[in-house]
Order: sequence, then C-alpha cells, then structure tokens
Amino acid sequence: MKPAAFEYLAPTTTEEALARLAEHGWAAKVLAGGQSLVPMMNFRLAQPSVLVDINRIADLAYIEPARDGGVRIGAMTRQAQVERDPTVASRLPMIHEAMPKIAYPAVRSRGTIGGTIAHADPSAELVGASVALRARFRIGSRDRGERWVPAEEFFVGLFTTALEPDELLLEVHVPPMPAHSGWAFLEVARRHHDFALVGVAAVAALDSKGRSDGTRLVFFSVGEGPVEAHAAAAVLQGQVPTPEVIREAAETAGDADVDPQSDINASAAYRRHLVKVLGQRALAQAFLRAQGG
Amino acid sequence: MNIEYPISVTVNGTRYDRDVEPRLLLSDFLRHDLGLTGTHVGCEHGVCGACTVLFNGQPVRSCLMFAVQADGQEVTTVEALGTPDDLHPIQEAFLEAHGAQCGYCTPGFFMTLVPFLEENPDPTEEEIREAIAGNLCRCTGYQHIVDAVKLAAAKLGS
Ligand SMILES: Cc1cc2nc3c(=O)[nH]c(=O)nc-3n(C[C@H](O)[C@H](O)[C@H](O)COP(=O)(O)OP(=O)(O)OC[C@H]3O[C@@H](n4cnc5c(N)ncnc54)[C@H](O)[C@@H]3O)c2cc1C
Ligand code: FES
Ligand code: FES
Repeated sequence: MKPAAFEYLAPTTTEEALARLAEHGWAAKVLAGGQSLVPMMNFRLAQPSVLVDINRIADLAYIEPARDGGVRIGAMTRQAQVERDPTVASRLPMIHEAMPKIAYPAVRSRGTIGGTIAHADPSAELVGASVALRARFRIGSRDRGERWVPAEEFFVGLFTTALEPDELLLEVHVPPMPAHSGWAFLEVARRHHDFALVGVAAVAALDSKGRSDGTRLVFFSVGEGPVEAHAAAAVLQGQVPTPEVIREAAETAGDADVDPQSDINASAAYRRHLVKVLGQRALAQAFLRAQGG
Repeated sequence: MNIEYPISVTVNGTRYDRDVEPRLLLSDFLRHDLGLTGTHVGCEHGVCGACTVLFNGQPVRSCLMFAVQADGQEVTTVEALGTPDDLHPIQEAFLEAHGAQCGYCTPGFFMTLVPFLEENPDPTEEEIREAIAGNLCRCTGYQHIVDAVKLAAAKLGS
C-alpha cells in the first residue's frame, strides 16, 4: 500500500476533533479534502501516525452572508460549492473568479476552502486573494478556545501558518470590498488550471478626489508565501492612477517587492517580468472598476 | 496499527461490506478488493485523472480518497455506464470519433464527462477543453476526444 499505516479517527463534532488533536499533538494530521495531503502520503512525504478526518463534521460546511456585508465560509466547505455560490459571486467577485482557476472540477469537488488556506501553498489562488481581501480566519483549540488571525499574519512561510498542531481552522471571514474600490485577479500558468507561475490579486481603492488610497497588490507563486507589494502601494498612495503611475508602481513591485526563485517551471527573471506585466494589467483593471468603468 | 475497519459501500448500485485498513486508497479498493478494474490508476497524486469516479454523484480522484471515507456512501465507476452490446452514448461517441487509442485514460474521461454533460448538455469547444483539462491522454492529442465529446453531446441531446 502506498501510504504508511496510520490510526484513523473520524469525529463528527468540532469539539471531538479538537479533543483528538489535543491528545495527539504533532503525531496527528487533519484530513480535509485530501487533495494536498493524500498525494504527500502516497509519496510518503507525509507519514502522520494519526489522521483526524473532519469530513463528517457537518457543522463546518456553510456559506453565510456576514453582517458586515462580507461572507463567512466554514472551513469544510468544498471549493466546488464556493465556486457556485450566489452570495460569494455577488459579494466576493474576486473569490468567484479565482475558484475555477484552482485545479480541476474533480479536485474542487473534494478540496475545501479551509484546506487550501491551512496548506498555505505559496502558489495557491486563495492564499493570495485572502491577503488582498483582508480575510480573517477563526481558529479553535480545546485548551485555548477560539482566536481570530488576519490573513496578513496567518501565512508565515513556505507551507507554514500560524496554526498550532492542536488547532483547527474553523471559518474564513471575508469582509466586503471597501467603498469606491475595484479588483482584479490575474495569473499566468503553463496550462489552464495548473498552479500559477505568477499570480496577482489587486484591490484598488480611491478617495473622494479620485486618488489611490489604500490600494493593495498581492502576488502569489513568487516567494515562500503571498507577497504584498508595499513599495508599489507607496508609489500609488495619494496619486491619481494614470497609466504612468500604474506602470511605475508595477515596475517598483517587480524591482523592489518580490524576490522570485527559479524552478523547473520558470526562471526568476521571467517571474519578475510577469510580476511587472501582470501587476500593471491588474492595477489598470482594478482602477477602472473602482472608477465605475 | 494495521487494524481493519468494517465499511459498507454502495458501488454501482450494489452494496459491499468489507473490512479495510484505513490507508487503503479508494482506487485500490475498487480494483483489488472489488475486482472493478475499469477504474485505472496512472499517477496516484491527482494529476492524470485516470482514476476519476463519481462519489455521491460528484467527480472525484479515487486515488486521493481512502476507502474508509466511502463508508455509507455511493460510488459510481465506469462499469456502470454500458456493456459491450449496449454502450452508453458517450462510449459510442468515443468509438465512432476515435476518442480512444490505448484506452488507458478513457474511463477517467468518461467519468469526468458524465456529470459535465449532465450539467452542460450543449457545451462549446472551449468549455469542452476546460472540462477535460484535468485528464491526461498520451495518445490522441485530444482533438479526437474533443470531437467525441461534441458527438456525445449531440447523441445525448437527441
Ligand atoms: C492535481 C491537483 C492540482 C491542484 N491545483 C491547484 C491549483 O491550481 N491551485 C490551488 O490553490 N490548489 C491546487 N491544488 C490543491 C487543492 O486546492 C487542495 O484542495 C488544497 O490545497 C487543500 O485542500 P484540501 O481540503 O484538499 O486539504 P487536505 O489535503 O486535506 O489538507 C491540506 C493540509 O491542510 C491541513 N488542514 C486542512 N484543513 C484544515 C483545517 N480545517 N484546520 C487545520 N488544518 C487543516 C491538513 O492537515 C494538511 O496539512 C491542486 C491539487 C491537485 C491534486
Ligand atoms: S491516478 Fe488518480 S489522478 Fe492519476
Ligand atoms: S488513449 Fe492512450 S492515454 Fe489516452
């Protein structure tokens, strides 16, 4: 058999799952959709001695409109459900557009929103989008109760998050888009639905005089985690987003904000080039939407 | 740690009660324990799509699920589609449009296409290519597969 042997636990409530995780600590792994964990187990890159399968916890799968105008999504909600949900489509158009870019239908029918966040693949679409949208994650543990962690603090490194071994990601809360804002979500991949070589999530925001105010540009697949382009945002801040300003911001992102690596799929120089090209396109599109275009 | 768990799974309408080790993949359960070798296994990490089956009606990679997770659930494999004498319209279309050569990838394509064509009975070529993006074929170059899907849509529609 491919995976190493493990003890299998299938709790039906969150409390029970948290208790099992508290008992087993580092020895245990959470099994959500299995679309990232099972490949690693088949290769024996992951050999957890205890698997806590949370697929039977019905309470963790839901999509609800949040009171602040955003959306609350339970961690075990399948990616396919998020993709088809009308509340997500109307309130979170960036997420709606990003969903079909994740893998293939047969992967999205099992893969969960919590799994893609907790796995923290630096190429994952929702890792980048959640930072750009300022999502917050609700996390629970048996011994310390619940806490909220903002996306900007949650992703701490390559496949590494703020989650402790006894914790479960419970909910993703995405706030509504800011007033007078627009968005864009673009990526370049070698084949449709492959992991992106470079991707970008942009939220452009304007003040009452039409100047950029608090615009956010987040790249993925260019580092050990999502990369927020702070230098590019500083170029934009307080400026009317003319094509020249947008180009300067995108160039700054490529030169100062990212430090991509070469791998089998793309060289560092090509990735840097893509950051500039996609950054420029994304900003232009997002500002156009912010201006009501 | 090699404890076996009793599971009861309905596959193609038949209920099977078996004891399985939790690390047994659903794909291996179907092939080795039930002898349903129509479900093929290529990469075993979710990339090739050869192992696609329906799990409670949804397409999934059977190489990325454990058989224990199918306890109490319904699985549909390619064996449920047609017989040599009475082919399913999708199978007929692949035969007529030369959508299969060696056939290794074919069951995965079928199980991807069944729910796709149910949901989208009259797809454009672009939609067809999107739908099969997660299934690898090393023989056909895909063009005949795309033709077969168009033919299948026409057959199912009429
Ligand atoms: C062929 C293929 C192509 C893919 N392409 C893409 C792509 O283009 N873009 C993309 O973003 N993804 C892609 N994926 C990954 C896919 O989106 C996964 O579904 C996702 O990364 C993990 O979600 P999961 O629910 O399957 O989690 P699992 O695989 O079950 O778990 C992943 C990790 O997260 C942990 N975990 C899961 N849920 C929780 C939780 N609630 N609390 C705490 N820890 C948890 C697990 O312990 C494990 O370490 C691809 C996968 C495959 C097989
Ligand atoms: S064998 Fe399952 S996807 Fe390749
Ligand atoms: S027909 Fe041979 S792999 Fe597709």
